[in-house]
Amino acid sequence: MTSLVWLTVALPLAGFLANGALAIRRPAAKDAVSYIGVGVLIAAFIVSVGVFIDLLKSPPHSPHIITLWRWLPVGPLQLDLAFQVDQLSAVMLLVVTGVGSLIHLFSVGYMKSDPGYARYFAYLNLFVVFMLVLVLGSSFPVMFIGWEGVGLCSYLLIGFWFNDKANADAGKKAFIVNRIGDFGFMVAMFLIWHHLGTLTFTGMTDRAPAVFASGSAAVTAITLFLFLGCTGKSAQIPLYTWLPDAMAGPTPVSALIHAATMVTAGVYLVARTNVLFALAPVSSTVVAGIGALTALFAATIALRQYDIKKVLAYSTISQLGYMFIGVGTGAYASGVFHLVTHAFFKALLFLGAGSVIHAMHHAYHATHSHADAQDMRNMGGLKQYMPATFWLMLIGTLAIAGVPPFSGFFSKDEILAGAFARGGDLLIYYVFYAMGILAALLTAFYMARLLTMTFLGENRTGEQERHHLHEAPPVMTGPLIVLGVLSAIGGMINLPPLVGGGAWLEHWLEPVTARAHQFFALEMPHGQTEYFLVGGAVAISLLGLFAGYRATLARKIVPASESAEDTGVARVLNRKYYVDEVYDAIIVRPLVWLSRTVLWRVVDQGVVDGAAVNGTAKLSRGLGWLGSRLQTGQVGVYVVLFLVGALWILHAMVR
Amino acid sequence: MLLGPSLALSAILFSLGVAGVLLRRNAIVLFMCIELMLNAVNLSFVALAQLHGASGYVMVFFVMTVAAAEAAVGLAIIIGIFRHKQSVDLGNINLLRG
Repeated sequence: MTSLVWLTVALPLAGFLANGALAIRRPAAKDAVSYIGVGVLIAAFIVSVGVFIDLLKSPPHSPHIITLWRWLPVGPLQLDLAFQVDQLSAVMLLVVTGVGSLIHLFSVGYMKSDPGYARYFAYLNLFVVFMLVLVLGSSFPVMFIGWEGVGLCSYLLIGFWFNDKANADAGKKAFIVNRIGDFGFMVAMFLIWHHLGTLTFTGMTDRAPAVFASGSAAVTAITLFLFLGCTGKSAQIPLYTWLPDAMAGPTPVSALIHAATMVTAGVYLVARTNVLFALAPVSSTVVAGIGALTALFAATIALRQYDIKKVLAYSTISQLGYMFIGVGTGAYASGVFHLVTHAFFKALLFLGAGSVIHAMHHAYHATHSHADAQDMRNMGGLKQYMPATFWLMLIGTLAIAGVPPFSGFFSKDEILAGAFARGGDLLIYYVFYAMGILAALLTAFYMARLLTMTFLGENRTGEQERHHLHEAPPVMTGPLIVLGVLSAIGGMINLPPLVGGGAWLEHWLEPVTARAHQFFALEMPHGQTEYFLVGGAVAISLLGLFAGYRATLARKIVPASESAEDTGVARVLNRKYYVDEVYDAIIVRPLVWLSRTVLWRVVDQGVVDGAAVNGTAKLSRGLGWLGSRLQTGQVGVYVVLFLVGALWILHAMVR
Repeated sequence: MLLGPSLALSAILFSLGVAGVLLRRNAIVLFMCIELMLNAVNLSFVALAQLHGASGYVMVFFVMTVAAAEAAVGLAIIIGIFRHKQSVDLGNINLLRG
C-alpha cells in the first residue's frame, strides 16, 4: 500500500481536471461535481489510511522513498520527483485527507447555491493536490512545488468572489506577502545546496551533522531563512497580516486552508528540517520567541474583533504561534501534536462559524437586508435556533481554551511544559512560557466572548429576520459532529504519562526526530512540577472562559448598525494595532512612490525606453544614413570601388 | 611560343577595358569594354595553356559561354532601360541612390 501513496495525489488531481472541465462546460452539473469532488478526497483518505496501517505494522527506521520519475538531472544535481513516506508525513497525510474530506463534504451544503460551485470544487481539489505534494515531497524542490501551489490555490480561493474588489485585493495581498517568505525559502535552499550538496531530506539529515558545527553561522543563516519562509506561509510576525484578510474567501476555505492545513506548512517544515534547527540554537530561540510573541499579540487583537471569522483568524495566528514555540523549543513532536489537534478544533470552529454565517445570510437574504451576516453584534441567542452548532462549537471552544480532557489541553500543555523545561538551559524560555500562559488566558477569554456573543443572550438579528434562522442541513452538521468527536478525544493520540498515557505520537515520531535529539534532549518536567504546571494551566483557562463569559454577558451589545465606535485601548485592538496602516505607510506607499516616480518615469521611460530602446533605433538609423551616403546610384562609382577592392585583394595575395 | 608578348597584349587589352568601364558613360560602350576584359583574360588563358596543358583551353570555352549568357541578359536590361528612360547614359540612371 505504501507504494500506492502517489494515488493520494493523483486522485484529487483527477478530481481537479474533471471538475475544472465541468466548470467550463457544465457549471450547472452540481451533482456530478459533488460526487467527484468529495469522492476523490474520500478515496485519497482511504489510501492514506492504508499507507498508515502499513507503517503501523512495520514502523520503518528510515523513510520509504517512492520515486515517480527523474525530474532534474543537471550535472551533480540529480533530482527525482519522489515522495517520502515516514512517520511524520503519514500523520500529515491523514490530517490533510481526513479533515479535507470533512470540509469538502461541508462545502456541498455551504456552497450549494453558489454559481461558481464547480470552479470552487476544482480549486479545492487542486489545493489538496499541492498540499499533499508539500507534505510528501522527499526534497526541498519537490516540497517547494507544493509550497507554491498551495499559495496559488489560497490566492484563487481567497479571491473566489472576485467581483468584489476587496476580495480580489485580499487574494493579492496573501500572494504578495507570501512571496517575501518564499524568497527566504529559496535562499535557504540555495545555501543548503551550496553547503551540503544535496537537496533531499534524507541526504540533509545524513550530512548536516558532519558538515555543520553546532551553532555555526552557515546553519544559523539557513534556518533563519527557512523560518522567514515559515513566517510567510504560517502567518507569523512580521508577515501575518495577510491571514485576517484571507477571511474574504468562503468559510470552508478558511477552515481547510487558513486554519487546518496550509498555514501549518511552516510548522511542518521546521519539524521536517529538525536536524538543522537542532544545530542552530540561536535560530530555534528566534523561532520560539517569534512564536510566543505572535501567540500573545494575535490573541490581544482577537479580544476586540466583531467579525466572527476575524476572531477565528487571529486565534489561528495565535495557535500557530504556539506550534512554533513547540518546534522552537526542540519539542518537535508536541508542535506536530498541536498541529493535529488544532486542525481538528479549528476546522470545527470555522465550520461552526460557517453554519452560523450560512443561517444569518439566509435570514438576511430572505428579508433583503444588507446587514453584515458575519458581525457578532448582529447575532446573539442563536443557541435556540441552532442547538447542534452551539454544542459542537462549545466543544471546540473548550478544546482550544485547553480544558481537560479535550484535545487542545494536552497539546498546549505539552508545548508550555517544553518551554518551561528549556527555561532551565536558557532563561529566556521562561519568558516565552509566561507569554504562552498569558496568551492561553486571552484565548479562553476571546473564545468565551465569541461563543457568548453569538449563541447566548438576547437575539439581535432583527424582528423579521429571526424567523428565518434555522439549523444547517445534515450534510453540514455531519462533518461538524465528526470534527467535534475528534476535537474532544484527539488528545488520546499523545496522552502524557501523567494521566497514564504512553505519549504515542512522541514515540511514533522518534525515528524522524532522533537525529535532532542527539544534539539536545529535552527533559520534560515530572512529578510535582508537572502537577503544578498542569494545574496552573487549567486554572488559567477556566478563569479566562469564566471572565470572558461574564464580561460579555454584562455588556450591553447593540446591532452593528447602531454601535458607536470603540474608544481607547479597545479601539487600538479593534484596529489591529494599526499594523496594516503602518505597513502601508512605511512599505507600500514608499514603494508605490518609488515605482511611480523613479522606476516608471526615470528608469522605464527615461533609461529603458529612452536610452535603450529608442537609443538603439536612433543609433541604427544614424549608421544607416552614413552607409547610404556610399550608395550614389552612379554605376561608375561602384565600379571604382569594386576595382579598388579587387586590386587591394590582389595586392594582399601576391605580396 | 610568344608567351611574353601574348601576356603583354592581354594586359594592355584588359587595362583598356578597365579604363573604358571607368571613363565611358554609354551603357553599350561599357558593355563592350567588359567583353574586352573577358577576352583579354581569354587570351592570357590561351597563352598560358601552352605551358600548363589543355585546361586553359577548356576554361576559355567556359568564359565564352558565360560571356554569351551575360551579353544576352545585359543587352536585354539595356534595352529595358532604354525603353524606360529613352537613354542609355549611365549618369541618368541613379535609382539605387541611398
